[in-house]
Amino acid sequence: MSTTSDVAAVRPGPPPGEPPAAADPDLARHLTRLGDDALVLGQRLCQWITRAPTIDEDLALSNIALDLIGHARTLLSRAGRLDGSGRSEDDLAYTRSEREFANALLTELPNGDFAVTMARQLAYTHYAVLHYEALAHGADPELAAFGVRAAKEVAFHRLHADRWTVTLGRGTPESTRRMRRALERVWPYTGELFEEDDVARRLAASGTVPSPAALRDTWLDRVTEVVTEAGLAVPAPTWSATGGRSGLHTEEFGPLIAELQSVRRQFPGGTW
Amino acid sequence: MSGPAPVTARLCAEEVRERVAALPDPELPVIGLGDLGVVHSVAPGADGVLEVELMPTYLGCPALPEITAAVREVLIACGHPDGRVRHVLTPAWTTDRITPEGRRALAAHGIAPPVSPAPGGPVPVALGAVPCPHCGSTAARPHSAFGPSRCQSVLWCTVCREPFPHLTAL
Repeated sequence: MSTTSDVAAVRPGPPPGEPPAAADPDLARHLTRLGDDALVLGQRLCQWITRAPTIDEDLALSNIALDLIGHARTLLSRAGRLDGSGRSEDDLAYTRSEREFANALLTELPNGDFAVTMARQLAYTHYAVLHYEALAHGADPELAAFGVRAAKEVAFHRLHADRWTVTLGRGTPESTRRMRRALERVWPYTGELFEEDDVARRLAASGTVPSPAALRDTWLDRVTEVVTEAGLAVPAPTWSATGGRSGLHTEEFGPLIAELQSVRRQFPGGTW
Repeated sequence: MSGPAPVTARLCAEEVRERVAALPDPELPVIGLGDLGVVHSVAPGADGVLEVELMPTYLGCPALPEITAAVREVLIACGHPDGRVRHVLTPAWTTDRITPEGRRALAAHGIAPPVSPAPGGPVPVALGAVPCPHCGSTAARPHSAFGPSRCQSVLWCTVCREPFPHLTAL
Protein backbone atom coordinates (compact mmCIF):
# COMPACT_ATOMS: atom_id res chain seq x y z
CA MET A 1 0.00 0.00 0.00
CA SER A 2 2.12 2.94 1.11
CA THR A 3 5.56 3.29 -0.35
CA THR A 4 6.76 6.15 1.81
CA SER A 5 7.40 5.46 5.43
CA ASP A 6 9.09 8.77 6.12
CA VAL A 7 5.99 10.93 5.93
CA ALA A 8 5.73 12.65 9.27
CA ALA A 9 1.99 12.35 9.64
CA VAL A 10 0.06 10.89 6.76
CA ARG A 11 -3.58 11.92 7.01
CA PRO A 12 -4.80 14.40 9.58
CA GLY A 13 -3.53 12.79 12.73
CA PRO A 14 -2.30 14.13 16.01
CA PRO A 15 0.39 16.78 15.51
CA PRO A 16 3.93 15.46 15.84
CA GLY A 17 5.21 15.29 19.35
CA GLU A 18 1.80 14.71 20.87
CA PRO A 19 1.03 11.34 22.43
CA PRO A 20 -0.85 8.88 20.19
CA ALA A 21 -4.62 8.79 20.39
CA ALA A 22 -5.97 6.89 23.34
CA ALA A 23 -6.92 3.34 22.47
CA ASP A 24 -10.53 3.01 21.42
CA PRO A 25 -11.18 -0.66 20.71
CA ASP A 26 -14.78 -0.14 19.53
CA LEU A 27 -13.92 2.49 16.95
CA ALA A 28 -10.85 0.50 15.89
CA ARG A 29 -13.08 -2.52 15.31
CA HIS A 30 -15.57 -0.51 13.28
CA LEU A 31 -12.87 1.11 11.14
CA THR A 32 -11.32 -2.30 10.53
CA ARG A 33 -14.69 -3.53 9.24
CA LEU A 34 -15.10 -0.56 6.90
CA GLY A 35 -11.45 -0.64 5.84
CA ASP A 36 -11.57 -4.39 5.15
CA ASP A 37 -14.73 -3.95 3.06
CA ALA A 38 -12.89 -1.44 0.89
CA LEU A 39 -9.61 -3.38 0.76
CA VAL A 40 -11.16 -6.74 -0.10
CA LEU A 41 -13.57 -5.34 -2.69
CA GLY A 42 -10.71 -3.35 -4.23
CA GLN A 43 -8.60 -6.49 -4.43
CA ARG A 44 -11.49 -8.43 -6.01
CA LEU A 45 -12.07 -5.72 -8.62
CA CYS A 46 -8.37 -5.79 -9.54
CA GLN A 47 -8.94 -9.34 -10.79
CA TRP A 48 -10.86 -7.82 -13.70
CA ILE A 49 -7.78 -6.03 -15.00
CA THR A 50 -7.08 -7.24 -18.57
CA ARG A 51 -10.30 -9.31 -18.41
CA ALA A 52 -13.02 -6.65 -18.53
CA PRO A 53 -15.38 -6.59 -21.54
CA THR A 54 -13.83 -3.38 -22.95
CA ILE A 55 -10.73 -1.33 -22.26
CA ASP A 56 -12.95 1.44 -20.86
CA GLU A 57 -14.34 -1.00 -18.30
CA ASP A 58 -10.83 -2.15 -17.52
CA LEU A 59 -10.00 1.46 -16.66
CA ALA A 60 -13.25 1.97 -14.80
CA LEU A 61 -12.91 -1.08 -12.56
CA SER A 62 -9.23 -0.50 -11.86
CA ASN A 63 -9.85 3.17 -11.02
CA ILE A 64 -12.68 2.18 -8.69
CA ALA A 65 -10.36 -0.36 -7.06
CA LEU A 66 -7.74 2.36 -6.63
CA ASP A 67 -10.21 4.58 -4.80
CA LEU A 68 -11.28 1.72 -2.56
CA ILE A 69 -7.68 0.94 -1.62
CA GLY A 70 -7.20 4.64 -0.85
CA HIS A 71 -10.19 4.46 1.50
CA ALA A 72 -8.78 1.31 3.10
CA ARG A 73 -5.46 3.07 3.73
CA THR A 74 -7.11 5.91 5.62
CA LEU A 75 -9.41 3.63 7.61
CA LEU A 76 -6.88 0.94 8.49
CA SER A 77 -4.11 3.36 9.44
CA ARG A 78 -6.52 5.00 11.89
CA ALA A 79 -7.64 1.58 13.15
CA GLY A 80 -4.01 0.69 13.85
CA ARG A 81 -3.60 3.85 15.91
CA LEU A 82 -6.79 3.21 17.88
CA ASP A 83 -6.47 -0.48 18.66
CA GLY A 84 -3.39 0.06 20.79
CA SER A 85 -1.23 -2.27 18.67
CA GLY A 86 0.57 0.48 16.76
CA ARG A 87 0.22 -1.52 13.53
CA SER A 88 0.45 0.39 10.25
CA GLU A 89 -2.00 0.09 7.36
CA ASP A 90 0.50 -2.24 5.69
CA ASP A 91 0.82 -4.43 8.77
CA LEU A 92 -2.95 -4.77 8.88
CA ALA A 93 -3.36 -5.49 5.17
CA TYR A 94 -0.42 -7.83 4.73
CA THR A 95 0.13 -9.70 7.97
CA ARG A 96 -3.27 -10.54 9.36
CA SER A 97 -4.63 -14.03 8.87
CA GLU A 98 -7.93 -14.83 7.22
CA ARG A 99 -9.83 -15.00 10.50
CA GLU A 100 -8.68 -11.52 11.48
CA PHE A 101 -10.35 -9.83 8.49
CA ALA A 102 -13.73 -8.28 9.29
CA ASN A 103 -15.13 -7.47 5.85
CA ALA A 104 -18.73 -8.30 4.98
CA LEU A 105 -18.96 -11.48 2.91
CA LEU A 106 -20.50 -9.49 0.04
CA THR A 107 -17.17 -7.83 -0.69
CA GLU A 108 -15.27 -11.11 -1.05
CA LEU A 109 -17.78 -12.81 -3.39
CA PRO A 110 -16.05 -14.02 -6.55
CA ASN A 111 -16.48 -11.68 -9.49
CA GLY A 112 -18.65 -14.10 -11.48
CA ASP A 113 -19.68 -12.62 -14.81
CA PHE A 114 -19.81 -8.86 -15.38
CA ALA A 115 -23.43 -8.74 -14.22
CA VAL A 116 -22.54 -10.31 -10.85
CA THR A 117 -19.77 -7.75 -10.38
CA MET A 118 -22.24 -4.95 -11.17
CA ALA A 119 -24.88 -6.36 -8.81
CA ARG A 120 -22.23 -6.48 -6.06
CA GLN A 121 -21.18 -2.91 -6.91
CA LEU A 122 -24.80 -1.77 -6.82
CA ALA A 123 -25.35 -3.19 -3.34
CA TYR A 124 -22.01 -1.99 -1.94
CA THR A 125 -21.91 1.53 -3.40
CA HIS A 126 -25.43 2.45 -2.27
CA TYR A 127 -24.56 1.19 1.21
CA ALA A 128 -21.12 2.86 1.37
CA VAL A 129 -22.36 6.27 0.23
CA LEU A 130 -25.01 6.26 2.98
CA HIS A 131 -22.49 5.16 5.59
CA TYR A 132 -19.85 7.72 4.56
CA GLU A 133 -22.39 10.54 4.33
CA ALA A 134 -23.39 9.74 7.90
CA LEU A 135 -19.72 9.75 8.99
CA ALA A 136 -19.42 13.19 7.39
CA HIS A 137 -21.96 14.44 9.92
CA GLY A 138 -20.58 12.39 12.81
CA ALA A 139 -18.88 13.51 15.99
CA ASP A 140 -15.31 12.59 15.01
CA PRO A 141 -13.72 15.40 12.94
CA GLU A 142 -11.09 13.18 11.34
CA LEU A 143 -13.68 10.63 10.24
CA ALA A 144 -16.00 13.41 9.12
CA ALA A 145 -13.32 14.80 6.78
CA PHE A 146 -12.77 11.31 5.40
CA GLY A 147 -16.53 10.79 5.02
CA VAL A 148 -16.93 13.93 2.90
CA ARG A 149 -14.27 12.80 0.44
CA ALA A 150 -15.10 9.11 0.36
CA ALA A 151 -18.84 9.71 -0.12
CA LYS A 152 -18.11 11.81 -3.21
CA GLU A 153 -15.80 9.20 -4.65
CA VAL A 154 -18.14 6.28 -4.06
CA ALA A 155 -21.07 8.31 -5.48
CA PHE A 156 -19.13 8.23 -8.76
CA HIS A 157 -18.83 4.43 -8.51
CA ARG A 158 -22.53 4.23 -7.70
CA LEU A 159 -23.38 6.06 -10.91
CA HIS A 160 -21.33 3.50 -12.81
CA ALA A 161 -23.14 0.58 -11.13
CA ASP A 162 -26.58 2.18 -11.60
CA ARG A 163 -25.99 2.66 -15.32
CA TRP A 164 -24.77 -0.87 -15.92
CA THR A 165 -27.63 -2.38 -13.93
CA VAL A 166 -30.14 -0.52 -16.10
CA THR A 167 -28.20 -1.15 -19.32
CA LEU A 168 -27.99 -4.90 -18.71
CA GLY A 169 -31.52 -5.17 -17.31
CA ARG A 170 -33.02 -3.45 -20.35
CA GLY A 171 -30.63 -4.91 -22.90
CA THR A 172 -30.98 -8.20 -24.71
CA PRO A 173 -32.88 -11.23 -23.36
CA GLU A 174 -29.49 -12.72 -22.44
CA SER A 175 -28.27 -9.62 -20.56
CA THR A 176 -31.62 -9.35 -18.76
CA ARG A 177 -31.41 -12.99 -17.72
CA ARG A 178 -27.85 -12.53 -16.47
CA MET A 179 -28.63 -9.36 -14.53
CA ARG A 180 -31.62 -11.04 -12.87
CA ARG A 181 -29.49 -14.05 -11.97
CA ALA A 182 -26.73 -11.76 -10.67
CA LEU A 183 -29.08 -9.93 -8.31
CA GLU A 184 -30.32 -13.29 -7.01
CA ARG A 185 -26.71 -14.43 -6.49
CA VAL A 186 -25.70 -11.33 -4.56
CA TRP A 187 -28.79 -10.45 -2.55
CA PRO A 188 -28.48 -13.00 0.28
CA TYR A 189 -25.18 -11.30 1.14
CA THR A 190 -26.61 -7.79 1.51
CA GLY A 191 -28.25 -8.31 4.91
CA GLU A 192 -24.90 -8.52 6.67
CA LEU A 193 -24.13 -4.90 5.78
CA PHE A 194 -26.87 -3.77 8.15
CA GLU A 195 -26.23 -6.15 11.03
CA GLU A 196 -25.66 -4.66 14.46
CA ASP A 197 -23.68 -6.06 17.33
CA ASP A 198 -22.69 -4.48 20.65
CA VAL A 199 -19.79 -2.59 19.05
CA ALA A 200 -22.06 -1.00 16.44
CA ARG A 201 -24.70 -0.15 19.03
CA ARG A 202 -22.25 1.51 21.42
CA LEU A 203 -20.70 3.58 18.63
CA ALA A 204 -24.08 4.60 17.23
CA ALA A 205 -25.15 5.70 20.71
CA SER A 206 -22.08 7.92 20.94
CA GLY A 207 -22.93 9.63 17.63
CA THR A 208 -19.58 8.77 16.03
CA VAL A 209 -20.83 6.36 13.39
CA PRO A 210 -24.29 5.62 12.01
CA SER A 211 -26.37 2.70 13.18
CA PRO A 212 -26.05 0.21 10.29
CA ALA A 213 -29.66 -0.93 10.70
CA ALA A 214 -30.90 2.66 10.37
CA LEU A 215 -29.43 2.88 6.85
CA ARG A 216 -31.31 -0.12 5.54
CA ASP A 217 -34.63 1.47 4.56
CA THR A 218 -33.00 4.28 2.58
CA TRP A 219 -30.65 1.78 0.96
CA LEU A 220 -33.55 -0.46 -0.05
CA ASP A 221 -35.51 2.49 -1.48
CA ARG A 222 -32.57 3.58 -3.59
CA VAL A 223 -31.56 0.20 -4.96
CA THR A 224 -35.22 -0.63 -5.63
CA GLU A 225 -35.47 2.51 -7.74
CA VAL A 226 -32.52 1.43 -9.87
CA VAL A 227 -33.55 -2.22 -10.15
CA THR A 228 -37.10 -1.18 -11.10
CA GLU A 229 -35.75 1.13 -13.78
CA ALA A 230 -33.80 -1.86 -15.06
CA GLY A 231 -37.13 -3.67 -15.47
CA LEU A 232 -36.26 -6.17 -12.76
CA ALA A 233 -37.42 -6.94 -9.23
CA VAL A 234 -35.39 -6.76 -6.03
CA PRO A 235 -34.95 -10.38 -4.94
CA ALA A 236 -36.43 -11.53 -1.65
CA PRO A 237 -33.99 -14.24 -0.57
CA THR A 238 -35.13 -16.81 1.95
CA TRP A 239 -31.71 -16.94 3.62
CA SER A 240 -29.04 -14.45 4.64
CA ALA A 241 -25.29 -14.97 4.82
CA THR A 242 -23.40 -13.79 7.89
CA GLY A 243 -20.05 -14.23 9.63
CA GLY A 244 -17.63 -11.93 7.85
CA ARG A 245 -17.75 -9.26 10.55
CA SER A 246 -16.52 -11.82 13.08
CA GLY A 247 -13.89 -13.31 10.79
CA LEU A 248 -15.79 -16.31 9.40
CA HIS A 249 -15.26 -16.13 5.65
CA THR A 250 -16.24 -17.99 2.50
CA GLU A 251 -14.06 -20.65 0.97
CA GLU A 252 -13.00 -18.30 -1.84
CA PHE A 253 -11.57 -15.76 0.61
CA GLY A 254 -8.36 -17.63 1.46
CA PRO A 255 -6.91 -17.58 -2.08
CA LEU A 256 -7.76 -13.88 -2.42
CA ILE A 257 -5.86 -12.99 0.74
CA ALA A 258 -3.00 -15.32 -0.17
CA GLU A 259 -2.61 -13.45 -3.44
CA LEU A 260 -2.82 -10.06 -1.71
CA GLN A 261 -0.14 -11.01 0.82
CA SER A 262 2.13 -13.20 -1.30
CA VAL A 263 4.88 -10.67 -2.05
CA ARG A 264 5.03 -9.40 1.51
CA ARG A 265 5.26 -12.95 2.83
CA GLN A 266 8.00 -13.97 0.39
CA PHE A 267 10.04 -10.81 0.89
CA PRO A 268 9.25 -9.45 4.36
CA GLY A 269 10.27 -5.81 4.59
CA GLY A 270 11.24 -5.70 0.90
CA THR A 271 11.29 -2.33 -0.86
CA TRP A 272 11.76 -1.32 -4.46
CA MET B 1 16.32 13.54 -8.51
CA SER B 2 17.68 16.80 -9.90
CA GLY B 3 16.07 19.38 -7.66
CA PRO B 4 17.09 22.91 -6.91
CA ALA B 5 20.73 23.27 -5.83
CA PRO B 6 21.16 22.82 -2.07
CA VAL B 7 21.59 26.01 -0.10
CA THR B 8 23.20 26.42 3.25
CA ALA B 9 20.86 29.09 4.58
CA ARG B 10 17.30 28.16 5.48
CA LEU B 11 14.94 29.67 2.94
CA CYS B 12 11.84 31.33 4.35
CA ALA B 13 8.43 29.68 4.12
CA GLU B 14 7.33 31.86 1.21
CA GLU B 15 10.36 30.84 -0.87
CA VAL B 16 9.83 27.17 -0.01
CA ARG B 17 6.20 27.52 -1.02
CA GLU B 18 7.21 28.91 -4.41
CA ARG B 19 9.49 25.95 -5.04
CA VAL B 20 6.87 23.44 -3.89
CA ALA B 21 4.23 25.13 -6.04
CA ALA B 22 6.50 24.83 -9.09
CA LEU B 23 6.85 21.03 -8.76
CA PRO B 24 5.03 19.26 -11.61
CA ASP B 25 2.19 16.88 -10.85
CA PRO B 26 3.52 13.37 -11.68
CA GLU B 27 0.34 12.34 -13.53
CA LEU B 28 -0.36 15.72 -15.15
CA PRO B 29 3.14 17.13 -15.65
CA VAL B 30 1.80 20.12 -17.58
CA ILE B 31 0.52 21.63 -14.36
CA GLY B 32 2.40 22.56 -11.18
CA LEU B 33 1.24 21.62 -7.70
CA GLY B 34 0.48 25.28 -7.00
CA ASP B 35 -1.78 25.66 -10.02
CA LEU B 36 -3.42 22.33 -9.22
CA GLY B 37 -4.33 23.81 -5.84
CA VAL B 38 -3.01 20.99 -3.66
CA VAL B 39 -0.59 23.09 -1.58
CA HIS B 40 -2.61 24.05 1.48
CA SER B 41 0.06 25.79 3.54
CA VAL B 42 3.78 26.12 4.13
CA ALA B 43 4.42 27.36 7.63
CA PRO B 44 6.32 26.50 10.81
CA GLY B 45 4.55 24.05 13.12
CA ALA B 46 4.11 24.52 16.86
CA ASP B 47 7.70 23.36 17.42
CA GLY B 48 9.09 25.76 14.83
CA VAL B 49 9.79 23.06 12.23
CA LEU B 50 8.64 23.95 8.73
CA GLU B 51 5.53 22.01 7.64
CA VAL B 52 4.15 21.63 4.15
CA GLU B 53 0.48 20.69 4.14
CA LEU B 54 -0.84 19.04 0.99
CA MET B 55 -4.46 18.36 0.09
CA PRO B 56 -4.82 14.99 -1.68
CA THR B 57 -6.98 15.13 -4.81
CA TYR B 58 -8.36 11.60 -4.44
CA LEU B 59 -7.84 9.48 -1.33
CA GLY B 60 -6.25 6.73 -3.39
CA CYS B 61 -4.22 8.98 -5.68
CA PRO B 62 -1.19 6.87 -6.61
CA ALA B 63 0.90 10.00 -7.23
CA LEU B 64 0.72 11.04 -3.58
CA PRO B 65 3.82 9.15 -2.36
CA GLU B 66 5.81 10.54 -5.29
CA ILE B 67 4.61 14.09 -4.63
CA THR B 68 5.43 13.70 -0.94
CA ALA B 69 8.94 12.50 -1.76
CA ALA B 70 9.47 15.42 -4.16
CA VAL B 71 8.34 17.93 -1.53
CA ARG B 72 10.73 16.38 0.97
CA GLU B 73 13.56 16.87 -1.53
CA VAL B 74 12.62 20.53 -1.80
CA LEU B 75 12.60 20.88 1.98
CA ILE B 76 16.09 19.39 2.18
CA ALA B 77 17.37 21.55 -0.69
CA CYS B 78 15.95 24.65 0.99
CA GLY B 79 17.80 23.97 4.24
CA HIS B 80 14.93 22.29 6.08
CA PRO B 81 16.05 18.65 6.35
CA ASP B 82 13.83 18.30 9.43
CA GLY B 83 10.80 19.69 7.56
CA ARG B 84 7.56 17.72 7.58
CA VAL B 85 5.03 16.88 4.90
CA ARG B 86 1.46 16.46 6.09
CA HIS B 87 -1.66 15.45 4.20
CA VAL B 88 -4.83 17.25 5.24
CA LEU B 89 -8.39 16.28 4.35
CA THR B 90 -10.03 19.48 5.62
CA PRO B 91 -10.59 21.63 3.77
CA ALA B 92 -11.19 19.11 1.00
CA TRP B 93 -9.54 19.65 -2.35
CA THR B 94 -11.96 20.28 -5.19
CA THR B 95 -11.35 21.06 -8.85
CA ASP B 96 -12.40 24.66 -8.06
CA ARG B 97 -8.93 25.08 -6.55
CA ILE B 98 -7.25 24.78 -9.95
CA THR B 99 -6.06 28.27 -10.88
CA PRO B 100 -6.96 30.01 -14.18
CA GLU B 101 -3.32 29.56 -15.22
CA GLY B 102 -3.59 25.83 -14.46
CA ARG B 103 -6.78 25.57 -16.51
CA ARG B 104 -5.07 27.23 -19.47
CA ALA B 105 -2.10 24.88 -19.18
CA LEU B 106 -4.39 21.82 -19.14
CA ALA B 107 -6.38 23.02 -22.16
CA ALA B 108 -3.17 23.84 -24.06
CA HIS B 109 -2.11 20.23 -23.62
CA GLY B 110 -5.36 18.67 -24.80
CA ILE B 111 -6.96 18.07 -21.41
CA ALA B 112 -10.31 19.81 -21.04
CA PRO B 113 -10.37 21.61 -17.69
CA PRO B 114 -13.18 20.84 -15.23
CA VAL B 115 -16.53 22.55 -15.42
CA SER B 116 -17.66 23.36 -11.89
CA PRO B 117 -20.73 21.46 -10.72
CA ALA B 118 -23.69 23.24 -9.20
CA PRO B 119 -23.11 23.62 -5.46
CA GLY B 120 -24.48 20.61 -3.62
CA GLY B 121 -25.48 18.94 -6.85
CA PRO B 122 -24.71 15.36 -7.78
CA VAL B 123 -21.29 14.37 -9.05
CA PRO B 124 -21.68 15.11 -12.75
CA VAL B 125 -20.43 13.14 -15.68
CA ALA B 126 -19.62 16.00 -17.99
CA LEU B 127 -22.37 16.58 -20.51
CA GLY B 128 -22.35 19.14 -23.26
CA ALA B 129 -20.72 22.12 -21.63
CA VAL B 130 -17.11 20.93 -21.92
CA PRO B 131 -15.34 22.55 -24.88
CA CYS B 132 -13.20 20.25 -27.03
CA PRO B 133 -9.54 21.24 -26.52
CA HIS B 134 -8.86 20.54 -30.21
CA CYS B 135 -11.65 22.43 -32.03
CA GLY B 136 -13.48 24.33 -29.29
CA SER B 137 -16.84 22.74 -30.05
CA THR B 138 -19.05 22.04 -27.05
CA ALA B 139 -20.76 19.17 -28.85
CA ALA B 140 -18.90 16.45 -26.97
CA ARG B 141 -20.42 13.21 -25.80
CA PRO B 142 -19.31 11.22 -22.76
CA HIS B 143 -17.23 8.27 -23.84
CA SER B 144 -16.04 6.81 -20.55
CA ALA B 145 -16.55 8.09 -17.02
CA PHE B 146 -13.10 6.79 -16.15
CA GLY B 147 -9.95 7.73 -17.99
CA PRO B 148 -6.16 7.47 -18.09
CA SER B 149 -5.83 8.61 -14.49
CA ARG B 150 -8.28 8.66 -11.62
CA CYS B 151 -9.06 12.36 -12.03
CA GLN B 152 -9.84 12.18 -15.75
CA SER B 153 -12.79 10.99 -17.81
CA VAL B 154 -12.91 10.65 -21.59
CA LEU B 155 -15.23 12.61 -23.90
CA TRP B 156 -15.68 12.31 -27.64
CA CYS B 157 -16.06 15.40 -29.82
CA THR B 158 -18.87 14.97 -32.35
CA VAL B 159 -17.46 17.77 -34.55
CA CYS B 160 -13.76 16.93 -34.97
CA ARG B 161 -14.38 13.29 -33.98
CA GLU B 162 -11.45 13.17 -31.59
CA PRO B 163 -11.64 11.67 -28.11
CA PHE B 164 -10.15 13.87 -25.41
CA PRO B 165 -9.48 13.59 -21.69
CA HIS B 166 -11.34 15.83 -19.30
CA LEU B 167 -10.41 16.59 -15.73
CA THR B 168 -13.59 15.47 -13.96
CA ALA B 169 -15.14 18.14 -11.72
CA LEU B 170 -15.06 17.15 -8.05
